[in-house]
Amino acid sequence: MKFSRLIFANLFRKKVRLILTIGSFAVALFLFAFLAVVKDAFGRGADVAGADRLVIINRTSIINPIPLSYRDKILRIPGVKAVTHNNWFGGIYQDEKNFFPQFVIDPEYQRQVVPELTVSDDQWNAFLKDRQGAIVGARTAERFHWKIGDRVPIKSVITGSTDAWEFNIDGIYHGKRPQDDETQFWFQWDYFEEKVPERFKGNVGWYVLKLNSPDDAVRVAKTVDDQFANSPYETRTQTESAFAASWVKQFGNISFLILAIGTVVFFTLLLVTGNTMAISVRERTSELAVFKAIGYSDRAILFFVLAESLVIALIGGLLGLLLAIVAVPALAKALNGLLPALILAPSILALGLAVAVAVGLISGLLPGIMAMRMRVVNALRRV
Amino acid sequence: MAIPLIYNVRSVRARWTSTIVAVLGIAGTVGVFVAMLSLAHGFKATLVASGSSDNALVMRAGSPTEMMGGVTLDSVKVIKDAPGIARDANGPLVTQEVVGVVPVPLISTGTDANVQVRGVSPNVLDIRKFTKIVQGRMFSPGVTELIVGRNATHTYSGLTLNNVVDFAGGHWTVVGIFDAGGSAFDSEVWCDSHVLNEVLKRPATIFQSVTVHLQSPNSFQTLKDSLTSDPRLNVDVIREVDYYAKQSRTMTTLITVLGGLVAAIMAIGAVFGALNTMYSAVSERGREIATMRAVGFAGSAVVFSFLIEALLIAFIGGALGCVAVLPLNGLTTSTMNFQTFSNLAFAFKITPQLLAQGVLFALVMGVVGGLLPAIRAAAMPVATALRSL
Repeated sequence: MKFSRLIFANLFRKKVRLILTIGSFAVALFLFAFLAVVKDAFGRGADVAGADRLVIINRTSIINPIPLSYRDKILRIPGVKAVTHNNWFGGIYQDEKNFFPQFVIDPEYQRQVVPELTVSDDQWNAFLKDRQGAIVGARTAERFHWKIGDRVPIKSVITGSTDAWEFNIDGIYHGKRPQDDETQFWFQWDYFEEKVPERFKGNVGWYVLKLNSPDDAVRVAKTVDDQFANSPYETRTQTESAFAASWVKQFGNISFLILAIGTVVFFTLLLVTGNTMAISVRERTSELAVFKAIGYSDRAILFFVLAESLVIALIGGLLGLLLAIVAVPALAKALNGLLPALILAPSILALGLAVAVAVGLISGLLPGIMAMRMRVVNALRRV
Repeated sequence: MAIPLIYNVRSVRARWTSTIVAVLGIAGTVGVFVAMLSLAHGFKATLVASGSSDNALVMRAGSPTEMMGGVTLDSVKVIKDAPGIARDANGPLVTQEVVGVVPVPLISTGTDANVQVRGVSPNVLDIRKFTKIVQGRMFSPGVTELIVGRNATHTYSGLTLNNVVDFAGGHWTVVGIFDAGGSAFDSEVWCDSHVLNEVLKRPATIFQSVTVHLQSPNSFQTLKDSLTSDPRLNVDVIREVDYYAKQSRTMTTLITVLGGLVAAIMAIGAVFGALNTMYSAVSERGREIATMRAVGFAGSAVVFSFLIEALLIAFIGGALGCVAVLPLNGLTTSTMNFQTFSNLAFAFKITPQLLAQGVLFALVMGVVGGLLPAIRAAAMPVATALRSL
């Protein structure tokens, strides 16, 4: 790179402009990473779902119950490895804005059905022995500063009174992958069944079952639904990913909105950089003409201009992504509870860098071609 | 003496390429800012419009939402006799309601989404007075007939007039389409509450909420005092408007926080762009500025003039951004209402106030982006600048 000194000398000619251009690049790439992270967070459900899990809900409505008596019938279906059942509790901890999902669980197979959410054996055994025990996800525990052994009151109107239910935190579960949901609160079916009014007894919200092999999904789902067809509680069985995907789609056009914003930002950025490059080329018209006059080829001139914009793009882009690496965990912490977990995936960083390089090339191209094509005589004559 | 404004207008025109870039940068930022705010505003407006100040909602004490409520038939009878409730020829204006969520395929994606179905009393149109049947007729009591909200009929497949649908485990005939004035009810499906309890296999004597029409907005307190002090009841009484305003809070906060963050980051980028444009404008015009100083314009006049120029660019950008997002006004989108797990259609709502905020935002960016270059322009040594090419 024998021209590197020349390129750098040109870069630093106007320091303020250099800083500003790098700055706008950094800002744009930071925003790009941020939007990508948010988009991921909204679409999360579908990619944490296990391919070997089925969700069974009431065919009529997701808020209608299914009898507990289905459990053993489901377990007898060939291909089913384990089944757990859940109820939505919908309780309130201190204030309505402290929302986190609470599920009633069947302790027997819970850990086999969702092996990606891990609890240590000690904690799990303590939970099994404790009727009022609860296992809570790491994010929720951190949000409310709960420790093992804490006693937590959660208000629910399910029993007809507003008395709080008391729980002991016996364990904290962690997700194996960063995208796993660490906000849930689990407690025992027996405790729930004991306290709810007569008309709720023996009713579960939904079943989650684990298959021996994902290939059995279609067959088992059909067997389950056929078995309970024409009963008062017909079922609807889907793979967990299909279930999650339909849930995600209900968020509406969030990804479209984010994409639209991203496009506006990208376009704006392209203009700002393109303009800066054009100005700096225009200012140096006579210089470039001298280069051409003393024998540099058109291609070399194009190379100078392109290299300059590429360097700006790379520095700015890296800076912005670095900022995102620092800021996203902080934002995730600040927004805990409002949004699903924000995770900056390496693929986002790679895509961001590619975008930066592309913008750098495109914005350098037009002024570069202009510089390449200018006629030496005219350019030299201009003062 | 001030430098004439026409100087700025002409120089903006003369450097039109850089001007356009700065204008577009600011326009993009203002556009995103206004669009996000109008989204939050529209969501909130939809839910707030769902409540009337002369209606009150009665739910089991402590219930955060209707979904969790439970009011027995005996309690409903007590509530009907309470003071403060408006009456007409057929008795008190009270609707005891049951709500459920039922999966119905969306027309747009073909996948299931949860539609909120509300079992109501046959006199509901006298209680929610803004609701009108626009096509077909009201359902008849005691039979499986549905009336469908204006948005629901366009969002879900099969919910069209005179169609027979399998829904919530029954066969229903859609007999009417209603317009609830852009409120959340437009995304709902209504039917007879007794029929819905039966079809959903719920106890026939339990409802989830009771909505009453008050004699006047002022009689709310009378009703509330009477119901909450009645030993036979264990209920909360809340104004309908307050209930729906509270429901909108999570989503509105989410959109506002996210939108605010995005707009703030974009604003930094746009200010950089404006700074760049103004700095180049200053450095390209060194001789002009020096000439003006030489013929007697004060440094402050130069600062002022450049600031005006930045503001001019910012104002054009802000106005352009506002105009660009105007077509969004009234555009319907939908999302999940976290409180009810059901799908809610709502429209972007751009108000003059939001537009004013957008332009103000642009002007702030103009000042921030123009001040430093303006000061630099005024601080340039006259003699050197005049001598330079």
